Amino acid sequence: MRNDMFSVLRRSPFSLAKTRDVALRLGAMIACLALLVIATPNSAQAFSDEELRNIAEQLNDKSATKKVAVIEEMAADGDPRVAPILKAMLDGDLYVRDSDEHVVIATKKGKVFTHIDIVSGEEVGESSSKELSKIKINNRLRGALRDALATLNLFSPDLNIRSAAVEQIMDARDPAMLPLLLRAIDREEDETLLARMELAQATMALAAGDTTEERLSAIDVLASETTPQIRAVLSQFVASAEAEGYEPEVVAAAEDALASVEGRLSTWQTIGDVYRGISLGSVLLLAAVGLAITFGVMGVINMAHGEMIMIGAYTTFMVQQALGSILPSGSAWSLVISVPAAFLVAGAVGVVIERSVIRFLYGRPLETLLATWGVSLVLQQAIRTIFGATNQQVTAPDFMSGAIEFSTGLVLTYNRLWIILFSIIVVAGIAAVLRYTAFGLQMRAVTQNRRMAGSVGIRTGYVDALTFGLGSGIAGIAGVALSQISNVSPNLGQTYIIDSFMVVVFGGVGNLWGTVLGAFSLGIVNKFLEPMAGAVLAKIFVLIALILFIQKRPKGLFALKGRAVEA
Amino acid sequence: MTDYRQKYQMTPVIGWLLKDRGGMILLGILIAAAILVPASNLLLPESSAFHVPTWMVSLLGKYLCYALLALSVDLIWGFCGILSLGHGAFFALGGYAMGMYLMRQIGDRGVYGDPILPDFMVFLNWQELPWYWYGFDMFWFAIVMAMFVPGLLAFVFGFLAFRSRVTGVYLSIITQAMTYALLLAFFRNDMGFGGNNGLTDFKDLLGYSLQSDGTRAGLFVASCVFLGICYTVARGITQSRLGKVLIAIRDAESRVRFTGYRVEYYKLFVFTVSAVMAGIAGALYVPQVGIINPGEFAPALSIEIVIWVAVGGRGTLYGAVLGAFIVNYAKTFFTGAMPDFWLFFLGGLFIAVTLFLPKGVIGAIPAFGSTDRQSLFTTWRKRRANEGGKA
Repeated sequence: MRNDMFSVLRRSPFSLAKTRDVALRLGAMIACLALLVIATPNSAQAFSDEELRNIAEQLNDKSATKKVAVIEEMAADGDPRVAPILKAMLDGDLYVRDSDEHVVIATKKGKVFTHIDIVSGEEVGESSSKELSKIKINNRLRGALRDALATLNLFSPDLNIRSAAVEQIMDARDPAMLPLLLRAIDREEDETLLARMELAQATMALAAGDTTEERLSAIDVLASETTPQIRAVLSQFVASAEAEGYEPEVVAAAEDALASVEGRLSTWQTIGDVYRGISLGSVLLLAAVGLAITFGVMGVINMAHGEMIMIGAYTTFMVQQALGSILPSGSAWSLVISVPAAFLVAGAVGVVIERSVIRFLYGRPLETLLATWGVSLVLQQAIRTIFGATNQQVTAPDFMSGAIEFSTGLVLTYNRLWIILFSIIVVAGIAAVLRYTAFGLQMRAVTQNRRMAGSVGIRTGYVDALTFGLGSGIAGIAGVALSQISNVSPNLGQTYIIDSFMVVVFGGVGNLWGTVLGAFSLGIVNKFLEPMAGAVLAKIFVLIALILFIQKRPKGLFALKGRAVEA
Repeated sequence: MTDYRQKYQMTPVIGWLLKDRGGMILLGILIAAAILVPASNLLLPESSAFHVPTWMVSLLGKYLCYALLALSVDLIWGFCGILSLGHGAFFALGGYAMGMYLMRQIGDRGVYGDPILPDFMVFLNWQELPWYWYGFDMFWFAIVMAMFVPGLLAFVFGFLAFRSRVTGVYLSIITQAMTYALLLAFFRNDMGFGGNNGLTDFKDLLGYSLQSDGTRAGLFVASCVFLGICYTVARGITQSRLGKVLIAIRDAESRVRFTGYRVEYYKLFVFTVSAVMAGIAGALYVPQVGIINPGEFAPALSIEIVIWVAVGGRGTLYGAVLGAFIVNYAKTFFTGAMPDFWLFFLGGLFIAVTLFLPKGVIGAIPAFGSTDRQSLFTTWRKRRANEGGKA
C-alpha cells in the first residue's frame, strides 16, 4: 500500500516538474520583455567585455526572479562567451571571488580551485574554497538555465548542438523564442537544419503569427510533415481556436492539415504495430520452437523448457566472461561463439534429463509435466546458488546497439531487427534438418507413427533422446538471443514458459509452420491490442482469446490428422 | 460388502464411511484436533507442556485449508483424470470474496477513516464503491460468493473446455493460462481489488477480533469442520454410481463416451464441485493468514498443489490431505532453516514422486495400498522386457 501512496504523491499537482514549468513561463515572459527593451535597439549582437562582466555580477543577486531575468538577458544576446558561464552556473562551478568581487568559473584541482576568467576564458589564478563564495541556484533557476542554454546552443558552432537546440525549441514551442529563431535562420547554412528551423518557425508562427497569410503559410509548411509533434501542434491550435478567436479559414485549413497528418501518422502507427508484433513474434517463436519439437515429436510437455532458455542465456554470459580479457568490449565474437556453445550446453542438459527422467514416463504426459516442472525448479535453484539471484550483465555487441529512427516516430532498434533475422535463420535451419537429414527423416517418421517407425528399424528411444536434445539446444540458442533483450536472471525461463506453451498449443502440435504462424499472429495481435487496452489487458485478452480458440480447435491451428492424434 | 448394505440400509452414508478406513482415521483425527487443539490453546496455561501456542493454531489452520484445496484437486485429478494447473485461481477467488467482506468490516478504522471505501480505493481517489463490492458487508453474501464465483468460473470454463473435448495436457495448459490471465488482471489497480498489494489489514470477522486467540481457535475449528464435510461429500461422490463413471472416464474416456454416457456433464459436475471446495478453502485461508494478494494466482502455486496430491497419494482423498500436510510442513521447515534448499527439495520431490512413488506415501503403506504396489520404474522395466526392445 505504501507504494501506491507514493505514486499518488508523485502525481500531486505540487510536483517539482510543475513548479519548473511555471518558472519557465515566467522566465519566458521576462525574456520577451528583455528582448523588446534591450535587444531590439542594439543590433550589435555581442556584449563588450565590460558589459559582460557587469551583467554576470548581477547573477549573484539575492532574488531568484532577478537572477532569472539576468540569465534570460544574457542568453538573448547570443554572445558565444555566455554559454560556458551559464553551464558553469548550472553545474555549481560559478563563484564570486571575495578579493575583487569578480565572477569566476572555478574548478577544483586537488586541494585548490583554479579560477577561469569569464571574459577572457583564461586561467587567472587559484585559491582555496574560503576565498570564493558560490553563486547559489535552486530548481527554478536550473530550469531557467537549461532553457537559456538551449537558446544559446542555437548559435553554437557545432552543427549537432544546433540541431539539438532546434528540436528542443520545437518541443517547447515558446513564442518568446521566435525572434531568436529568426536570427538563427538568417545565419544558418546547413540545408537540413534550415528546413527543421523553418518548421519550428512555422509551429510558432501558427499561434504567434500576425496576419492570416502568415498563419496559412505556416499551416502549409506543417501539413507536409508527418510527425507526432506536428500533430500535437495542429490539434492544440484547433482546440484553442475558439478561445483565441482565430480566423475561420485558418481554422478550416488547420483542421484539414490535421486530418491529413493524422491519416499519414496512423498508417505509420500500423506499420510500427506490425513491426513490434513481428518483433515480439520472433521472440515467442525462438522461445517456442524447441518446445514445439519436443511436444510434437514426443508428446512430452517439457516444463523445464524455460530453464533451457535460461541456461543458454547464462552460457552467453559465461562465454562473455571467459573471452572478456581477450576480446575488446563490443566485439561480436563472444556472441557468435555463444550460439554453438549454448546449443551444446543446453542440448547436453536436455539429453541428460531425457535419459534420467523423461524416458521412464513415456505415455504418461501428465506425470511428465510434473516431473519436468520439478527439474525446472531444481535447475532454477542451481543457477541461483551458483550465480546468485541478481541479474547478470550481458553486454550487447556494437552491431546490435543503436536504432534506425524515422521522424514519424517509428524506431527500429538493431537488436530487435537482429533477433527477427536470427529467428528466421533458426527456423530455416530446423526446417532444413527435418527435411534433408537422416535424423530429420527418422524424427518425422517417429512423429507420424511411432510403432511403425520402430518396426522398420528406427531406434525410437535414440531418436527421442536426440530430439529432446535438439529441442533443448534450440531453447539454448533462444537464450543467447533473449539475453540481449531481457534480464539474465534465474527467473528468465519462467517469463517465457507460459507464452511458449500458448504458441505451441495455438499453432498445433507437430507442425513447424503452425508454430511460426502461431508465434507471429500472437505477437501481432498482442501489439495491436496494446495501444487500445494497455500491455497487461492486451495480454489478458490474448490469453482469453486463446482459451476460447482451443474450444473451437482443440488441437491447434494445424492439427495432425488420423490415428496419431489419439496415440 | 453386502452385510454393510443390509445393516445400514437406511443410512448408506455411514455404510461406506465405515468401509473407508483411511477416511475414518482422517475424520477421527479431525474431530480430535478440533477439540484438543483449541482446548489446549485456550484452557492450558502457557507454561504447560501441552499448550499449543496461537501461532501454531494458525499454522495448522492454514495447513487444513491447503489440505482442503488438495482434496479438491484430488477429486478431479485422482478420480476423473482432469489435471488442473489452475486450481489456485478458484482458491484465490474464494479468498478474495472473504477478503472483500473483511475489508468492508474495517469500516472507518482504516488509515483514511472512510466509512465505506477501503483504504486502497481512497488512495486511488475513487469516489464510490464499485458495483461488485456491493453486498460484501454481509457475511452470508461473502460466503455465498466465495463458493458461487469459483463455481461459476469453473462451470463456464469447464462447459467450454469439456464440450469441445479438450483433454490431457491441453486442458492443463489452458487452466494454467486461465490462472495466469487472472493473475495479470488482479495485479491491475483498475480492477478494484487492491492491485499488487491485495487486501490486508483486516480487523475482525463477525465482530470478533482476528487477533484474538478465541477467533483463531474458532477459525481452526471451522477449518476442521469444513475439511470433514468436504471430505465426506467428496467420498460420497466417488462412492456413488456417478463416481464409478468418473473413474471410468479417467481410465478410458472414449470408451465411456461410446457406451452412451455424456462424459462432458460428468466432468463438468465434478470440476464445478471441486472449484467450490477450493473456494471454501480460500475463504477459510484468508482470515487465518490475514492477507490475500494476486500472488495466490501464480501458476507455480497451482502446480505445487498438484504435487501435494501426488506426494500423499492420488485418488485416495485422504492421501491428498496427508500430502498437503507433509509438503507444507517441509516448506515451513526448509524456508525457515535453509531457504536455499527448499526449491531443490520441492523439485526433487516432483521428480522422485512421479518416478518412484506413483501412488504416493499412502501407496507405500501396505495397509492402504492396493495389491499392485509396483513403482513406475518397475513397470517400465517390465514393459521394456515385454517389448524385447532396447528402447
